[in-house]
Amino acid sequence: MSVRYGLLALLERGARYGYQLRTEFERTTGGTWPLNIGQVYTTLARLERDGLVRALPENDGGQRPYEITADGRAELALWFASPIERGDRPRDELAIKLALALTTPGVDVHTVVQTQRSSAMRTLQELTRLKTASDDPQGTELAWRLVLESMIFQAEAEVRWLDHCESSLTRFSAPAGKSIVGHRGRRKSTVDSSEKDSTEHVWGQTR
Amino acid sequence: MTATDPTARPAETVLELREVTRVHGRGEVAVHALRGVTLSVTAGELVAVMGPSGSGKSTLLNLAGGLDAPTSGEVVVEHVTLGGLSRRGLAAVRRRRVGYVFQDLNLLPSLTAAENVALPLELDGVRLRRTRAAALAALEEVGLAHLANRFPDEMSGGQQQRVAIARALVGDRRLILADEPTGALDSQTGEAVLKLMRARVDAGAAGVLVTHEARHAAWADRVVFLRDGSIVDTSGPLPTPESLLATTPGGPA
Repeated sequence: MSVRYGLLALLERGARYGYQLRTEFERTTGGTWPLNIGQVYTTLARLERDGLVRALPENDGGQRPYEITADGRAELALWFASPIERGDRPRDELAIKLALALTTPGVDVHTVVQTQRSSAMRTLQELTRLKTASDDPQGTELAWRLVLESMIFQAEAEVRWLDHCESSLTRFSAPAGKSIVGHRGRRKSTVDSSEKDSTEHVWGQTR
Repeated sequence: MTATDPTARPAETVLELREVTRVHGRGEVAVHALRGVTLSVTAGELVAVMGPSGSGKSTLLNLAGGLDAPTSGEVVVEHVTLGGLSRRGLAAVRRRRVGYVFQDLNLLPSLTAAENVALPLELDGVRLRRTRAAALAALEEVGLAHLANRFPDEMSGGQQQRVAIARALVGDRRLILADEPTGALDSQTGEAVLKLMRARVDAGAAGVLVTHEARHAAWADRVVFLRDGSIVDTSGPLPTPESLLATTPGGPA
């Protein structure tokens, strides 16, 4: 995945050793994508195995810089030129989760939707705060701002999609008075703390 | 009611809804717009209210601003229970304490920007010279001091909306209520509007923002989700696995 391309992109700027790569990667993504140094070295080893980078002699400080190869450069160019496949995004896990919630007895799909929406909303609030904190960005700041805005749009899209899911669910469930979860006659699903007492019982059924 | 320094008491409650219910009509045709909503907003806090149409968002805002009265429950604005006020007293709270920003701007076409902004103060009997100064200060705050003498139809939609914001902010208003304030504005202009609201709240006001746009709600400190007249969630801490499985066979709908 993109740690690989992230490192290639950084090496395209010039030779660097592991620690530098990690620091620069995190700075470019505004610290939202923390890397551990182990990840950096494993990725470098794979890139070297695939002939995309080449290890240089150790410097005086005992650090081993890497440089990008011609193949690496071609690979990087291809990555920049290709759209990201929707297939490997975590969003799909969410879609699967909702589909499963809909068909698993004892799971309130409305609550699953709301939980996800609250979480996406919280993310969106946090990102918005970060964005308003950097008002007039330049250089690295601007790069970070672009990453930030991309995340804002994604979080927003997720909330919208969840709104859409919910209105579909309401349309299907409300008029008929049928249970969404296909078990017993619950008319409408709302979060209600008074219902928590029976949670054990319901959960017990699904286990 | 006491005049307080907002920086001295940041956690002061400015708006409080206690078990507020609003029913339109009676009997068979009764519509429950709000069902026992409890919500408090403190100085320096911006709360967004989200929910599908018909969930009670606008009703909540109208009740909070004293434009509508609850069927049961209490609305308290700066320690004053609105239900206990005379019609005149209520009107005074609305003019002095509460700033409204609506979807449709309600600017009077025959008044200039400054006159529109000064209107709430003038209605309140404030001297003309002072209202003019306050209006200019509010227009300055929204970056429109140079258009003070323009009429609404001589301004862009975004500028008109900023005038409406200035009118909501003019004077010493501690409660700012906004219903889809970004309306049909483009995203940049809409963002500017939210920035203004955020700034006033950060300076010590309390704000309630009704919106169906997640990106706008994201400017708030807290997001409240309304569904069928009830608060179903607040963007607070993560729920427990138990609450995820809170389906009760035959439980209350």
